[in-house]
Amino acid sequence: MGVKPIIRKIEETFARQDLPDFRPGDTVRVHVRIREGEKERIQVFEGQVIARSGESMRETFTVRKISSGISVERIFPVHSPAVERIEVTAFGRVRRAKLYYLRKRQGKAARIRTIRERRGGKGA
Amino acid sequence: MRGLIGRKVGMTQIFDQAGQRIPVTVIDVGGNIVVQTKSSQGKDGYDAVKLGFEPAVRQEKNGMERFRGLTKAETGVFAKAGIEAPRRIVREFRLRADEVGRYQVGQEIAVADEFRAGDIVDVVGTSKGRGFTGVVKRYGFVCARATHGTHENFRHPGAIGASADPSRVVKGLKLPGQYGNSRVTAQNLKVQQVMPEEGLILVRGSVPGAEGSIVTICAGVKKGRSVVAAR
Repeated sequence: MGVKPIIRKIEETFARQDLPDFRPGDTVRVHVRIREGEKERIQVFEGQVIARSGESMRETFTVRKISSGISVERIFPVHSPAVERIEVTAFGRVRRAKLYYLRKRQGKAARIRTIRERRGGKGA
Repeated sequence: MRGLIGRKVGMTQIFDQAGQRIPVTVIDVGGNIVVQTKSSQGKDGYDAVKLGFEPAVRQEKNGMERFRGLTKAETGVFAKAGIEAPRRIVREFRLRADEVGRYQVGQEIAVADEFRAGDIVDVVGTSKGRGFTGVVKRYGFVCARATHGTHENFRHPGAIGASADPSRVVKGLKLPGQYGNSRVTAQNLKVQQVMPEEGLILVRGSVPGAEGSIVTICAGVKKGRSVVAAR
C-alpha cells in the first residue's frame, strides 16, 4: 500500500531539501545540534552509513563508527532539524543496501572500498 | 463542548524545534457545515450545534432526486437549513449558552475557528473491528504453557467461577466475544498543528479507528475545555 496523497503532501512540506545524497557505504560527518541546558552546541558524528530505512519524512539512517576501539552506532532521522548538516567525506562502493555484516568484522575485513565519484543514480 | 467532524487520514511524524520526532494523526476536517442550532430558550431546551460533514452522493431514480444514505426526512433537514448539498454525516455538539451565537445555520466552519495548536482535545471514533475474539487478544490473558502436558488448552480462559455456590457465572466476567467496532474516545490529545488551507488538523498520538473512518474532535473534557471555550 502506497502512502496516501495527503500524508505525502504533509511530509513533503516538512521534508528538508538541503541534504546531500548519500548512501550506505558512504562516510559522512553528521553535525548534530545538542542542547545542554540553555546552551546549544554542535557535535560531529563521523562514520560509515550502514543503512537507510523508511521513506520520506520518516526516513532514518544509521551511522557506525569505531570510537576508541568500541563500535558505536547512531540512528538519525534524515529530516530532523537536530541534524544541522551532513557532509559526505567518501563514497563507498558496496553491493548491498544494509551493511550489517560490518558489525561482525574487524580491522581490514571491515573496510569499504571507496570510489572517487558516483555516476548515475538520483544525486550523481 | 465545541467540536468538528473529521475523517482520519492516517499517521505520520513531524519534528519539533528540538528535533524530537512527534507521532501525529492527520484528520481531514474540511467542509464542516452548520445544519442547525439549538438553544435552551427555544423548543429544544438545550444549547447545541448540529454539524454536517461530507456531501452525500446525489442520485436520480424515476425522475426523483435522492441522496445516497439519507432518508427523505433527513434530506428535508438540509432543505430547511438552505443547504444545497445534504451531508452524509451529522453530529451534534453540546454548547455553553454563550457559544450558540457563534454559529449561523449554513455557515462553513474552518479548522482554525475551533482549534489551535496546543489545544487539548478528545477524539471519538469507532475502533477497528476484530470480530469474535478470545480472551488472550481481547483482555490480554496469559496463554497456558505450550509444553509439559498442556493439552488443547493454550488460549483458553481457564476457570470461570466456583461450584455449587453460587452455581452460576458472575456477570461481567471477561470471556470471549465481539472485540472492537465500538465507540472509543481518546482523551487528552494535543493539537500539534492546524493546517487551515488544507482543512487538516494534526493531533499528537493515535486516534481510534481505521484510516478513512469518521471521527469527531471536541475540546478535551478533562483539560482543554476551558481553553477552547474562552475564545
